[in-house]
Amino acid sequence: MILIFLPVLASIIFALFGRKFNQWIAFVFAAIPMIFAVNLFYKSGPGSSFLLNTLADLPWLSQNFRFTLGYDGLTGMLLLLTNGLLPLIVLTGIKDDENRVRNTALALAMQGALNGVFMARDGLMFYIFWELALLPIYFITLSMKHGNAFKITLRFFLFTFIGSLAMLASLMYIVIFKTNFSFAYSDILAANYTLNESIWLGGGFLMAFAVKIPIIPFHSWQADTYTHSPSVGSMLLSAIMLKMGLYGLIRWYLPVFPESIEYYKPIVLSLSVAGVLYGAIIALRQQDLKRLIAFSSLSHVGLIAAGIFTLSATGLEGAVLQMIVHGINVFGLFLAIEIIETHTGSRNLVDLGGLAKNNRWFTIAFVVMALGAAAVPLTNGFPGEFLLLKSIFDERATLAVIAGITIILGAAYMLRMLQFSLFGEGDGVIKSLNLGQLISLVVVVFFVLFLGLFPQVILDSVQLSINSIIEMIKAKGVLS
Amino acid sequence: MSIIILLPLLGFLVSGIVGKYLPKQVVGLISTAAVVLSFAFALHMFLEKSILGEAVSQKWFTFLQVGGLQIDVAFTFDRLSGWMTLIITGIGSLIHLYSMGYMKEDEGYYKFFAYLNLFVFNMLLLVLGSNFIMLFFGWEGVGLCSYLLIGFWYKNLNYGKAARKAFVMNRIGDLGLLLGLFLIFKEFKSFDYTIVFDQIAAGNTPAHVLTAIALLLFVGAMGKSAQIPLYTWLPDAMAGPTPVSALIHAATMVTAGVYLVVRSQALYFQTALASDVIMWVGLATSLMAALIGLKQNDIKKVLAYSTVSQLGLMFVALGCGAYTAAMFHLTTHAFFKALLFLGSGSVIHGMHHEQDIRKMGGLKSKMPITYFTFLIGTLAITGFPFLSGFFSKDEILLHAFSHSPLVWGLSLISASITGFYMFRMFFVTFHGKYRNTHYPLEKVHESPITMTLPLLILAVLSVLGGLLNLPHYFGHNVAGAFSSYLAPMYKFAEHSPEVSASTEWLLLAAAVSVFIIAFVAMRMKYISKNSVPEEDDSMSGLGKVLANKFYVDEIYDAGVVAPIEIAGTVTDGLVDDIAIKGITDSIGKSPNWISSLLSRVQNGNIEYYLIYMVIAVSILLAINLF
Amino acid sequence: MIFQNLDISHYIYLSTVLFSIGLFGVLFRRNAIVLLMCIELMLNAVNLLFTALSTYMGDADGQIFVFFIMVVAAAEAAVGLAILVMVYRNTRKTDVSFLDQLKG
Repeated sequence: MILIFLPVLASIIFALFGRKFNQWIAFVFAAIPMIFAVNLFYKSGPGSSFLLNTLADLPWLSQNFRFTLGYDGLTGMLLLLTNGLLPLIVLTGIKDDENRVRNTALALAMQGALNGVFMARDGLMFYIFWELALLPIYFITLSMKHGNAFKITLRFFLFTFIGSLAMLASLMYIVIFKTNFSFAYSDILAANYTLNESIWLGGGFLMAFAVKIPIIPFHSWQADTYTHSPSVGSMLLSAIMLKMGLYGLIRWYLPVFPESIEYYKPIVLSLSVAGVLYGAIIALRQQDLKRLIAFSSLSHVGLIAAGIFTLSATGLEGAVLQMIVHGINVFGLFLAIEIIETHTGSRNLVDLGGLAKNNRWFTIAFVVMALGAAAVPLTNGFPGEFLLLKSIFDERATLAVIAGITIILGAAYMLRMLQFSLFGEGDGVIKSLNLGQLISLVVVVFFVLFLGLFPQVILDSVQLSINSIIEMIKAKGVLS
Repeated sequence: MSIIILLPLLGFLVSGIVGKYLPKQVVGLISTAAVVLSFAFALHMFLEKSILGEAVSQKWFTFLQVGGLQIDVAFTFDRLSGWMTLIITGIGSLIHLYSMGYMKEDEGYYKFFAYLNLFVFNMLLLVLGSNFIMLFFGWEGVGLCSYLLIGFWYKNLNYGKAARKAFVMNRIGDLGLLLGLFLIFKEFKSFDYTIVFDQIAAGNTPAHVLTAIALLLFVGAMGKSAQIPLYTWLPDAMAGPTPVSALIHAATMVTAGVYLVVRSQALYFQTALASDVIMWVGLATSLMAALIGLKQNDIKKVLAYSTVSQLGLMFVALGCGAYTAAMFHLTTHAFFKALLFLGSGSVIHGMHHEQDIRKMGGLKSKMPITYFTFLIGTLAITGFPFLSGFFSKDEILLHAFSHSPLVWGLSLISASITGFYMFRMFFVTFHGKYRNTHYPLEKVHESPITMTLPLLILAVLSVLGGLLNLPHYFGHNVAGAFSSYLAPMYKFAEHSPEVSASTEWLLLAAAVSVFIIAFVAMRMKYISKNSVPEEDDSMSGLGKVLANKFYVDEIYDAGVVAPIEIAGTVTDGLVDDIAIKGITDSIGKSPNWISSLLSRVQNGNIEYYLIYMVIAVSILLAINLF
Repeated sequence: MIFQNLDISHYIYLSTVLFSIGLFGVLFRRNAIVLLMCIELMLNAVNLLFTALSTYMGDADGQIFVFFIMVVAAAEAAVGLAILVMVYRNTRKTDVSFLDQLKG
């Protein structure tokens, strides 16, 4: 409860009085929920079952429409990610311009909504928070400085919104015909779906998630939005928001519509793996750093989605691990790009070069994060990618070969990025960083290395939840 | 054992983090001390345990545990990994020492030592790890360090390009290795060496699976050990500082592939097909690199191609089932190739960063120690009798002969070309007239003691290295020490070559005679006739093809790199921007079209409305009637 | 006598022809007054048919409808002409194709 309403309250306060505050106050506002999230995680740990661990259960519109929040290890990890990154995002991603107050307030509001998405144990609440999370980010991206701002954001909005509508339609059908007007997760879960229903209803949910992840061909909103958004938008979108789609896949699609998995599995697997290659190949040729990261992100999440659809413990746990890791890394990379852009006035590889000679701490941080993204062992990118590739290999070896090419191309485009930004000759100068950026870089680099050595910390926390989800799928007679 | 691994890491952290604020000497000393101490501990352990045949295992913590998959961070110091550790830390120590002199004037001094230490750490992970994942950790880690060190002079974009090429090519191999690992796990449900190899040795695994695993692992070895087709990065890697070339691209990292195959002896022993592939790839690489080496004029490039060629020879040995011979050659090669690289570094240092042998000549008098040690290195690699290279190479040739005379013949050709290009380089560099007009001979100077001391030590090792594994004709008391040392590491006993004594002497005679031919021919050409390798422009025919390395780089650029880049551009521009965005956007715009279409219907003109009405009524009527 | 020889089909044909003339007039003439007249013609064609069928079937319902229609037609003509007069006063035209201000 606090996790949801505190940020919203903070957002309102900031919207009203933000002009008098600086970003450190926003940082504190955003960091308070982190304390609660840590406390929650500390108390409940890996948690037993999402269905049993109730955080709140209040009648809302009526007895049937309840305000229900659940908790388990998976939710816990995502809460930690969200609330851990948000303070850093509001601290570093927001420029000091006329949109500062507005964007900060919106980011804080989004924090609440995101927390809601990850905790909701009620279809209606899930949907409401899902949409609520979309609104702030829409307005944040709208503040981009680009001639086509409206067009780009409209595309983003329409894509995600149509996806959400499909989900809403499925949800309505379920509630009216299947669960006797109950939105409760347990009821939705327990209802019996015929194969056809499962395919259509599951398809609706899948659509919403696929757009948000994004799986090709639903990705065309992504690159432009990432590229032109203010950093706070790119960070929120890539680091946290697309995890909503993956989370939804694990929590709301797999256990609820297992009958349809067989039907969608080949499609999603091949599309995701295609996306892995596709994103990597395009990333190879980008000059704009943000665009490069956008496509590399497409490549990474493709791998995660494919891992999820292998339905194996390895794949699912690897996916969760990689979700967290990707969130951290991509935030770090966008931050680095933001720093480069503010100091040199450009984020185009053609204009950059030679940044290494001025600021070696920044160089080290950037290199470490890029290596993390390229999944070099001893950085956090490796264990997740390893597990995902392994699960795909066990599923179908040829797919793993294709997806494995990302290892090569990932190294190629990340090194290319480093080469033309940090190394070589150039007159760009990175002067000293401010405290917020420094803290954020240190935190990110710490986690890149820490999770590279001890990924088991995350895996231990989600093991139970993943196992119970696999049990649920098995209980419905799929995946013998 | 932890301390052996952790010392270099500690050295890396210290020199990397506070190194900038310390005097150069101190940083150098700290890093060197880290490796030297690590060597001391390794030696202690080696004498205490490995000699007696004891293996020490240690588990630090569990890295990953998902479902049935468990990966430990665990290490084993057995005879094989112990030996590798000695080579790595031993030669590593010497090269650290050498670097203190070589890199003295470089501004990135502390960084250099940090990377070197990191490399040693990763290399130790690679060899000491007791499962395939630890090997993979080190495998990628050394690749990373190699990348950092090749691109060490980061302001030069070409160096950066070479570094990226090395890393990406290595990653191609890594993908093969990774897939091999997945297949291993699928088959054996474990990554642990003991469990996997026990199961393989039990012989219940289908042959095609074993072959697939063996070939995939070999793809990894190809990348790391620079075999065809993934060898082109190694010559380019010479962009890095010379000590790096000596340590990483000659003595240690590139031999990781050999280590992997020897470690997986149980696997390769059972897969004739994979072994044959290894042998022929090794042979082809060896010949091709040797031929290219004939026409290179950059002192380091010659050595680089020589390294590729020697690695090829090691793989020939592996393919023939002569695992000990390969390890033996790996060891002696580590000695003399490190010596040669460090010697060339000394020359480059003395000539103020001149690498073209055509601009050298007559350095003998100015750099006596370098000259002398370089001579020993050259003699060792070309197979001068009773130096280390002579024994190790002959052992490989012997095995090759017992495998098939054809393989022997080709290997011998490759070995004889070694003689040609090495003596060519040696004579052109150290004998004859001094030819550099930009840098007067008076300024050429011998290197400081930190650099010559490692040269001397390595020279001694290059001379005596052969004692490790003397052939049987020296008597059974002293011969074959290394073979019996490694024998317990194998799941299957090695074949010993079945060759009669007379044939063996014939083979030896052949090897010695090609050495003499090479020596005499090159001496005549470059000393008696005093000729100098021609300028790039005046080359023609085969020479030009060789000098341009068979145009392999160009072929790769045109055949692989360009298509991928074009694919990237096309996918981005055409598929993503026009096709996918076009399709999705047009779906998005379809309401617009429909609405504009429908709004045209409502044009406000009553006549049209009437017509619509009539048409509609007619349609309704028609429906009603029929 | 002549009327005796006319059977019901003749009435149907006649009213169809009249209706069609009216219809085509409505569709293809532009003059609003002609339009109104054509509508009258169509109404009367229907009236004729109603009457004829009513007689033929011996049922008075049809003729009752005719009276309704005549009343409605009269009202329509009155209102229609009034509108036309207003249109003419404002635009000096009786051309309906000119009147497309209501388009969406």
